[in-house]
Amino acid sequence: MSLELFLLLAAALFSIGLFGALTQQSIVMLMMGLELMLGGIIVGAAAVWHYIAPAAADGQVLVVLAVTVMAVEMAIGFAVVTALFRAREVDMTDMAAELKE
Amino acid sequence: MRALLDDVIFWVLALLAVAGGLMVFRFDSMARATYALLTSLLCVGGEVLLLGLDYLGVVIVLMMTIEMAIMAVFMVMYMMNPAGLMPMTMLHNKQGAAAICAVVFAVLAAGILLAPWPSRRGRPPDDPTMDLGLSLMGPQMLTMMTLGLALFATIVATVVLATRRGRYDRFGDDLKARRADDPVRGGTGR
Repeated sequence: MSLELFLLLAAALFSIGLFGALTQQSIVMLMMGLELMLGGIIVGAAAVWHYIAPAAADGQVLVVLAVTVMAVEMAIGFAVVTALFRAREVDMTDMAAELKE
Repeated sequence: MRALLDDVIFWVLALLAVAGGLMVFRFDSMARATYALLTSLLCVGGEVLLLGLDYLGVVIVLMMTIEMAIMAVFMVMYMMNPAGLMPMTMLHNKQGAAAICAVVFAVLAAGILLAPWPSRRGRPPDDPTMDLGLSLMGPQMLTMMTLGLALFATIVATVVLATRRGRYDRFGDDLKARRADDPVRGGTGR
């Protein structure tokens, strides 16, 4: 185990999540991609805390921040899907983009 | 011996996390995709535990379990094909996105491998959880307050977005109605 290995894992998770967020049409699947990206950020922050500055708590605070962002993203995402679906029976990004036309 | 065991755990969790992440976007069933994401994020929690952050690791594991359970409920509510009975694809611009992601990963990996990382400074405290708590209630108080405010704003925004009847439904388009038009009239003398 080393810092580089952990950060490579974080980069892999981030890239996979980015792929999902860019390609998925379904809004819920798009949110899954965002969750994976945040998972990568959590691994990276924890690894930096452990391998670079374990005496300071800042790395841990970064993990708390990422976890909170995950929760907020999830809640707001589902609320937006609920509002969209209730208004227009839409659950896909492309269909939502057509709404403005 | 301990280091070898840690290595084995790291590689098993890392491979599972990446494989689970890949499978999220390969499965054609939403329910299976949710469980693949759960696997991946549980492995992330395991890696955090492996790094010595017991409290945060357990928080991540618990939160992801509940979050994916909620996600599964929303899948069944809104999504087509929740059980994967019909083969389907829901992608757009696959090649472009794959190229972008490959470039992002290559740039990140190059940065990770080439950067002169500083050597480890200091030792982890005996109880990192205590350290985190003291930090959040002390020097990082502003972070904690911002997070609290953001979470409260999220609660309000979620209710506003998800509610069926807004104020325009209740008080008319110009908000001039003197009485709210509710299905069940409130107040006395109804």
